[in-house]
Amino acid sequence: MTAVAEPAAAAPKPRRRRLTERAREERRLAAMLVAPAAIVMIAVTAYPIIDAVVLSLQRADLRFPSANKFIGLSNYGHVLSAPVWWQDVFHTVIITVISVSIEFVLGMALALVMHRTLVARGLVRSIALIPYAIVAVVAAYSWELAWSLNSGWIPKLLGLTGDPLSHTFGTYVAIIVTEVWKNTPFMALLLLAGLALVPDELLEAAKVDGASAWQRFIRITVPLMKPAILVALLFRTLDAFRIFDTIYIFNQGAQGTESISILNYSTLLNRLNLGLGSAVSVLLFLLVALIAFVFIKGFGAAAAPGGATTR
Amino acid sequence: MSVGEATRTGAARATPRARARTGLVTEQTKRTIGWSGAVLLVLVFSLVPVVWIVMLSLKTPATATDGAFIPHQWTLSNYSDIFKTGIFTSALRNSIGIALISTVLAVLLASSAAYAIARLDFPGKNVILAVVLGVALFPQISLVGPLYNLWRQIGLYDTWPGLIIPYMTFALPLSIFVLSAFFREIPWELEQAAQVDGATPLQAFRKVIVPLAMPGIVTTAILVFIICWNDFVFAISLTSTTRAETVPAAISTFPGVSQFTVPYGDIAAAAVVVTVPVVLLVLLFQRRIVSGLTAGAVKG
Repeated sequence: MTAVAEPAAAAPKPRRRRLTERAREERRLAAMLVAPAAIVMIAVTAYPIIDAVVLSLQRADLRFPSANKFIGLSNYGHVLSAPVWWQDVFHTVIITVISVSIEFVLGMALALVMHRTLVARGLVRSIALIPYAIVAVVAAYSWELAWSLNSGWIPKLLGLTGDPLSHTFGTYVAIIVTEVWKNTPFMALLLLAGLALVPDELLEAAKVDGASAWQRFIRITVPLMKPAILVALLFRTLDAFRIFDTIYIFNQGAQGTESISILNYSTLLNRLNLGLGSAVSVLLFLLVALIAFVFIKGFGAAAAPGGATTR
Repeated sequence: MSVGEATRTGAARATPRARARTGLVTEQTKRTIGWSGAVLLVLVFSLVPVVWIVMLSLKTPATATDGAFIPHQWTLSNYSDIFKTGIFTSALRNSIGIALISTVLAVLLASSAAYAIARLDFPGKNVILAVVLGVALFPQISLVGPLYNLWRQIGLYDTWPGLIIPYMTFALPLSIFVLSAFFREIPWELEQAAQVDGATPLQAFRKVIVPLAMPGIVTTAILVFIICWNDFVFAISLTSTTRAETVPAAISTFPGVSQFTVPYGDIAAAAVVVTVPVVLLVLLFQRRIVSGLTAGAVKG
């Protein structure tokens, strides 16, 4: 670990030499500077995911270590033919689609307030950040204990007699509210970045031409924000698809709310079945990669990493 | 230094930003009322769950389940209770230590990479950026199984490094995005100017570049700290005892008085304690966090 400090300290003194020499030196320096971060990222993600692929092709159950052996794709067959996998995919998609849609609408509203308010701008920005920064487990507990009939104020407020968390619909509502509360500020910040790029003169000109506030928003602001919108939706969709903390704290996937991540966790660490669990991991990884691919290819290169160099 | 700067610039911006040019007082009042309503809505929406968990933490065990938003009987005993148990105090120590070390390491690695990305010309820059984006979008739970397996084999299970390694890794993408966005804005010519004026390269770096780079580094450190402080997936999978268990994992395993009672007060009090640092960070560094995340988003 101490080795990494050295290139970091040496970083900002590229010596100026003769021009031809300089280009080569620059490359060597760049490689030295980028290498530590790149090696860490690749080692900590690529190695385990390859390991997961290998494990997923084996019968590897920590309870029966002597029974380990290579069994080809049968773990995948097992997972994909199990109704619980498809149910969990369905739960995950439901939660992702509903919460990201609500987050997008509320996040846009919040971004507009943060961008345009004439009142208490600093205060709004500070307070709105709190849900983003708060520990996810705390957010989940706060909402769970608020919804639960045993302890909460929400059933009382809504005049409910039964426990909303004792049936599927109520639990979904509570989980989605938690997700929306926690993640709307992040969505808003990503959208705010886009809003800041819309030139005020353009909006003024449209106003002079008689465009209503709604028309200005739909015809000018939104099209100009498209790259930011795509980035925000991509990040939030993938994040929502990995939902784990909130569901784990609420009920660990009871009441028909088990997500793919919860299934993955319980197969690995409760049932200690590394082979099956790794197959779920690899499938989740592929699903996430597929969503990212569809977003980036399907909606244009706006969200592609190349954007970083061109701007 | 950074705090001073934040408040200074914050104060400068606090002057009324846009004045309505209409001259009609009623028009302006109407807009002010409209914005006040919107602002109030945002504040209530953001704060109610936070206030609620604070209220719950101040209820006596007898009234914890009465469902009232405001406690009928107030007490601080939940706080003294959790600090009496080894579970919470060691978890707090683990959380602070692990988050700080991960933050320092991630910022060091990311600074050097971001410097190269922002300032140097080299082949493979886009490959690096693709790797960064890939890690940013990576489903962390997919790593839990292999890391659990590997950490048990090499003795990193339930240790600080066992969490620091994944935290540092998953903090790198955001750090690199944010830092390279900041580094691109630094007027690097100043470094040469200082050297022309007789400063040694080290002096030029320390007196000119470091102060200019500091705001970006502080911003990144705050964001990384929040990420590490908040993690739950790795914390609950890769630790099992007070040796390395962090607060989010510890809260989720708080034992009740019996198996059938939920320790509401303890959970709420621990939740409040672990929330205080992030709320302070947000209130002190709001401008930096907003600028860091928006810069990272636009450039990344």
